[in-house]
Amino acid sequence: MEQKTQIQAAEGRQDLIITREFDLPVALLYRAYTEAEIVAQWMGTKVLQLENRQHGGYAFETSDPQGHVLFKAHGTIHDVIPHRLIVRTFEMVQAPIGPQLEFLEFESLDEERSRLTLHIIYRSEAHRAEELKLPFAYGINMAHDRLQEILTTLK
Amino acid sequence: MNLRRDVFQAIADPTRRAILLLLASQSLTAGAIAANFDTARPTVSKHLQILTECELLRQEQTGREIYYHFNAQKMKEVADFLEPFRALWEDRFNKLEAVMQQYKSQK
Repeated sequence: MEQKTQIQAAEGRQDLIITREFDLPVALLYRAYTEAEIVAQWMGTKVLQLENRQHGGYAFETSDPQGHVLFKAHGTIHDVIPHRLIVRTFEMVQAPIGPQLEFLEFESLDEERSRLTLHIIYRSEAHRAEELKLPFAYGINMAHDRLQEILTTLK
Repeated sequence: MNLRRDVFQAIADPTRRAILLLLASQSLTAGAIAANFDTARPTVSKHLQILTECELLRQEQTGREIYYHFNAQKMKEVADFLEPFRALWEDRFNKLEAVMQQYKSQK
């Protein structure tokens, strides 16, 4: 199967380019990023704030059923051109990655299809490396939790 | 469990990357490898130890000499390191698309 999502992470650089083509008109793709209720649905997080304008801010938070905060992220919107561009910062709270600058370019391919190009710039190459390692760390933690669960039931 | 991270630390060092490059085309003894670098012999030994520990290199005894071999399979795993990150985004975007398809039909 062809991979719809492509990642460009050239060696020795501190940025990443993520591209994806959607079977969606560009207006819908843009809405997915600008309406709090919709962002909450696909990101699977609570949207505490989303002001889609110059100098606006946004904040996401995800909690487990017991109310423990699992994920918290926030940023500032620098620039918005409807259906074309969002420039913003993003920072995951308590992650070793630090804040990053994001350029989200929305592009119409035809009536029914669109492309998103997400260009992320990190503070340094090392910060980018932390981001790339995160899914591994997460996977390992998950495996570790499973192991813990199994061991607990064996006790 | 730390193995994966160690591999990343291993290839983060320029001397170790140079050693891997050198051994990609030939197997050499520690002495022969050290001869290719200005670095002190014990430093090269330390690098070889780290690369061996995370399985990027394999040691093989031939007579009295120990030869270092490049483990291409392990290197391939490292080359695939972007895959979990890409899969994470693929999954996220698939959800976005599915959610927005509903909005499309609502029109």
